[in-house]
Amino acid sequence: MQDPIRIVLAKIGFDGHDRGLKVVARLLRDAGFEVIYLGLRQTTDAVVAVAEQEDADAIGLSIHNGGHLTLAPRMVAAVAERELGVPVIVGGIVPDRDIQALLDAGVAAVLGPGTSGADVVAVVRSTVAPE
Amino acid sequence: MMASMTSDDRAAWEAEYAEARLRDVDFETMSGIPVDPIHGPGPYPGQYPYTRGIHASMYRSRLWTMRMFAGFGTAHDTNLRFKDILANGGTGLSTAFDMPTLMGRDSDHEWSVGEVGKAGVAIDTVADMRDLFADIDLGEVSTSMTINGPAAIVMAMYVAVAEANGVPRSKLGGTIQNDVLKEYQAQKEYIFAPRPSMRLVTDMMRFTAAEMPRWNPVSISGYHIREAGSTAAQELAFTLANGFAYVEAAVASGLAVDDFAPRLSFFFNSHLDFFEEIGKYRAARRIWARWMKERYGATNERSLLMRFHTQTAGVSLTAQQPEINIARVAIQALAGVLGGTQSLHTDSYDEALALPTEKAARIALRTQQIIAHETGVTNVADPLGGSHYVEWMTDEMEKRADEVFEHLLELGDGSMLEGVYEGIDDGYFVGEIADSAYRFERSVNSGRRIIVGVNDFTDGDDADGSNLLYIDAAVEQEQLGRLGAVKQSRDSDLVARCLDSLAADAAEPDINLMPGFIDAVEAHATEGEIVSTLEGVFGTYTEKAVV
Repeated sequence: MQDPIRIVLAKIGFDGHDRGLKVVARLLRDAGFEVIYLGLRQTTDAVVAVAEQEDADAIGLSIHNGGHLTLAPRMVAAVAERELGVPVIVGGIVPDRDIQALLDAGVAAVLGPGTSGADVVAVVRSTVAPE
Repeated sequence: MMASMTSDDRAAWEAEYAEARLRDVDFETMSGIPVDPIHGPGPYPGQYPYTRGIHASMYRSRLWTMRMFAGFGTAHDTNLRFKDILANGGTGLSTAFDMPTLMGRDSDHEWSVGEVGKAGVAIDTVADMRDLFADIDLGEVSTSMTINGPAAIVMAMYVAVAEANGVPRSKLGGTIQNDVLKEYQAQKEYIFAPRPSMRLVTDMMRFTAAEMPRWNPVSISGYHIREAGSTAAQELAFTLANGFAYVEAAVASGLAVDDFAPRLSFFFNSHLDFFEEIGKYRAARRIWARWMKERYGATNERSLLMRFHTQTAGVSLTAQQPEINIARVAIQALAGVLGGTQSLHTDSYDEALALPTEKAARIALRTQQIIAHETGVTNVADPLGGSHYVEWMTDEMEKRADEVFEHLLELGDGSMLEGVYEGIDDGYFVGEIADSAYRFERSVNSGRRIIVGVNDFTDGDDADGSNLLYIDAAVEQEQLGRLGAVKQSRDSDLVARCLDSLAADAAEPDINLMPGFIDAVEAHATEGEIVSTLEGVFGTYTEKAVV
C-alpha cells in the first residue's frame, strides 16, 4: 500500500480568511491525505521548514485578499531556495485572469472560488503524482 | 383578559404612532388602497419585547440608512468613492481598511508588501485620515468604520481630524465596529489576547459614554461569524452572547448599564434562506430586550432596543455567472428590510472575485432604493408578523440560541463574559463554525444543495473577469512615499514622549487609553508604532491551529 500524500496547508501574512482552508483540510483528510495544518499568520520560511521536516509532498496556500500575485511567487521562491522540489498549490479568491501569471511564476495549480471538493482532491493528487 | 391587553397595546401603540413624524409619501398600495401601518394583535412594533420592531412607525418615519461599505487604494482614492456615494443618495459612509491597517501594522511593515490599499484603504497616520474625509462635513454625515483590533487608535485619528476641522467630538455620529470577541471566533483580525483587547473596548465605551453621545462604540457583529461558516442560529447565539459579554465587561469597568447600552448596536448577515433570516432578526430583538431588562436590570427603554445593521452575504456570491448575484442580493436585502433593519449594505455582484467596480456598487445601492420606493414593503411594520411559519421560526431561533447561552454560562460559572473567554480558549466557537462550514460544503459537493451556476444550471458563464476592479500596484509606492514624508516632517521627540506615556498608561489597567491615543496620533505617531508600544505591555496573541 502506498503512503498517503502529505500536504502542508497554510496562510501567509495578515490574511485571516480561514474558512476555505479549513474546509479543504477536512476534505483532503477525509480523502485519505495526511494534512499538516499550520493555519494563520505563517511566513514562507516557516512553511518551507515544516514542509522539509515533515517530508511533505505538496504545499497548499490559501489567499483571499488580493495578495496572491505577491505572496505565491514568494512561496515558490522559498521552496526553490531550499531545493525542496515540492509543488505549491494556490487556492482562494483568484480571478481567472491572474491564473496564468501564477502558473508562469511556478505555482503548480490554482483552485479558484466554486471549485468542487472532488476537483480539489483530484488536482492535489495529480499535482503530486502526475497521471 | 387577552382582549383587554391587546386593546391596551393598541391604545399605547396609537399614542406613540401619533407622535411619530412620518415621511411625506402616500401609504397605500400601487392600486391606491390605503393600508394600516400595523396588522394583527399586540405587542406591536415599538412595544416590549420588540419582536416586531423597535419603532411604532418603522419605515413610515424613516427608511433604513443605505450604508455602502467602501475603501481601496489611498485615502484620496476612497475619498472620491465616498463623495460619489453621497452624491448618489447614499446616506451614510462605511469605511473598509486594508489588511495592514486592520492588523495594526504600517504600510512599510514587511508583511504589508502586496497588501497596501488592496482590500480597503491604507491608513498609517492622521494625515491619511485627513485625506480620507477631505471635503466631507463630519458633523453632518454618519460614518461607520470597520476595524477591531486597533479600533481605538483609528477612532482617535477620526476625532483628531474632526476637531482640526472645527467639529467637536460631541457632534460626531457613527459607529466603530470594535467587536474584538468575534475576531477570535471568526474574522481572526486580533492583535492582543482577549482580556487586554477587552480593556481597549471598555476604554472606548467609557470615553464615548462621557464625551461622544452620538457615537456607537461597539457594533456587535454576527456578520463575520456567518461568513466564516456558522448557521443562522449560531450567528444569532454567538453574537448575542458576545453582546452580553460586553455588557458585563462594561459594568465591571464601572459603567452603569443605562449609561452605555443605548449606544450598543448590532450587525447581522442576511443569507439566502429568506424566512430563517427574518426569524433570526425577530428573535434577536426579543432576546436582547429580555436579557437587558431581566438579567442586567436596564431601566431606560433605549437600552432594550436592538438596533442593527445588515449586510447581504458576501459568501453567497458566486464567481460563476456573476450577474445572477444581483438577484441573490435583492432577496437578501428584502429579508433584512422585512426583519426591521436600521441600516443596510448590499453587496455588489462582482464581489466574489474583487472589490466592487463603481457600476456594480451603484446597482447594489439601486437595489435598496427599489425595495424602499417601489415595492410598498415600507408601508407596514413587521408585515410577516403573525405568519404561523415566521412566528415558529422566530421561536425556534430563540430556542436554539438559548441552548448556546446555557452552555456558555456553564463554561463561565454563571458569567457570560467568562464563558465567552473560555469558549474562545477551548476552541468551542471555531470548532462549531468549522463543523457547520464543512457540513454546508459537503451538501454542495454531494449535490444535495444546489448553488445556481456552480453545481447546477452552469450554462452561460461568460464571466472573463475583464471588468474587475484592479488596485494599481503604484498605490503601495505612493502610500510608502506618504508615510515616509510624514515621518520626516514630524517632531520625533514629541512622538517618542507620547509613546512612552502610552506605555506607562497601558501598564495601569484603570487609566483610559483614549486621551493618550489622541495625543499620539495628533503628534503623527503611526498606527503601527502605537500598536508596537502596546504589544510591549500586552504581548501578542497566537491562536492554536485546529482544523
